[in-house]
Amino acid sequence: MPKVAIVGYGQTKFSKEDLKIESILLKATKNLFDSTSNLTQKDIDAVLVSTNNNSKYLSAILSEMIGIQPKISHSIESLCNSGTNSIVSAYSYIKSGLAEVVLISGAERYDSPGQILEWDNLRGEYKHPVFWASIFSKSYKKKYDVTDEDLAFVPVKNHKHSKNNPYAFSQKNISIEDVLNSKKLTDDLRLLDCSRPCTGGSSVLLASEKYCKQFTDCPIWITGIGQKTTFASFTKNQTFHNMESTKQAAKSAFNMAKRCQNDIDVMEIHDAFSVCEPMALDSIGFSNQGEGIKMIKESYSSESSKINPRGGLIGSGHPLGATGISQTIEITQQLQSKANKRQVDKANIGLIHNMAAAATSSTVLVLEN
Amino acid sequence: MNFESELKKGKFLISECNHCKKIVWPPSEFCNQCLKENSWRKCSPIGTIIEFSKKENTYFCVAKFENSIKIIGEIISGIPKVNGIVKIVDCGIKNNNYFFKMTSKMLSN
Repeated sequence: MPKVAIVGYGQTKFSKEDLKIESILLKATKNLFDSTSNLTQKDIDAVLVSTNNNSKYLSAILSEMIGIQPKISHSIESLCNSGTNSIVSAYSYIKSGLAEVVLISGAERYDSPGQILEWDNLRGEYKHPVFWASIFSKSYKKKYDVTDEDLAFVPVKNHKHSKNNPYAFSQKNISIEDVLNSKKLTDDLRLLDCSRPCTGGSSVLLASEKYCKQFTDCPIWITGIGQKTTFASFTKNQTFHNMESTKQAAKSAFNMAKRCQNDIDVMEIHDAFSVCEPMALDSIGFSNQGEGIKMIKESYSSESSKINPRGGLIGSGHPLGATGISQTIEITQQLQSKANKRQVDKANIGLIHNMAAAATSSTVLVLEN
Repeated sequence: MNFESELKKGKFLISECNHCKKIVWPPSEFCNQCLKENSWRKCSPIGTIIEFSKKENTYFCVAKFENSIKIIGEIISGIPKVNGIVKIVDCGIKNNNYFFKMTSKMLSN
């Protein structure tokens, strides 16, 4: 069975620009071609597009625009974890022998329809994600004696990190007071606790072991994959203070990679809202239940950028279909020692956590250099 | 008759499997356990608050009904408390969104 590596990448700056989805996909892919040695259109066997956009046939359209006639091309939608779902699909095509080299491009507009899950009507009038996030925050704070001020460390840390990410939406530092004084959306959520929908694209190139050296001297191997879907509807979560799908996905990914939490040098965590970061750290097993916030505060005070070095979703922005791919690009750059000001020391093994719809599904990837 | 046609009339139904008697939620024609046909019946309007928060001056909560299904609704009167009792007093579909309005009262000893 061939090993699978990440061998190239390209991104656009996350913004509020009013761009056509096809244009975002094209720009991210052009950037990938520009930065990947020896890559030509005929090398690519499959083109996958990750998006929640309503436009149709986007993988064929992207292929047409960049002059590829792939064997396999289709779109993948899974709300906020569309990006890592696409990477898992590409991995599977390569592992099966159906493809040797796969291009994945993820893109979203600031007005993505993926922000509201219409199916989940049993949330009544409370379908916007800020309401499930409020319920998560309330439940987590009460269960583990965590305060709004504690949770504010997440956006403060992540905005600080995103200042070193040229593709991030936010380029400014914020303080604990800024978070606490920002617009109160509910009793348990403020504006600066939220990741922002935005326009952005990111593309990544995966190749089999046989072909990877053609494109890079530093292939980054996908060694662990875990995915779990528990439900589609938010209220079916058994509790609102941990993430069951994340817990199960992480366990599968660690088993596959034959690694454990202590082996991870750098991680991308799906901080759609402040509370999601400590909840995910607990559920993956980086911290004991309820102690994720302690790990975040220690990381902030020691000036470590091990947790969400690119600024997470809160600092970078959250173009849904691109997010999981940008998270994967960040870990790839970290393991290649090419993360510039964001570089974490001795980064050899990294983890990506990407989830959708109030953690009713999760993907966890382990990458190694 | 289906869930939405009845909800439009202000009636809150649940689907229950004719075969294994499981309440199937979200509402569906078929059981998600045995895949046999479900039937519709009225849901008890009395539920228990699992969690709540507040937007501006309005409380909203996740409440559990028939010790099985959970929905989110607005609390139109009373101060909510986890494990407190709520009663659905109005429901329907407005602007393509379901809505559930509940009153909250403290547990009596």
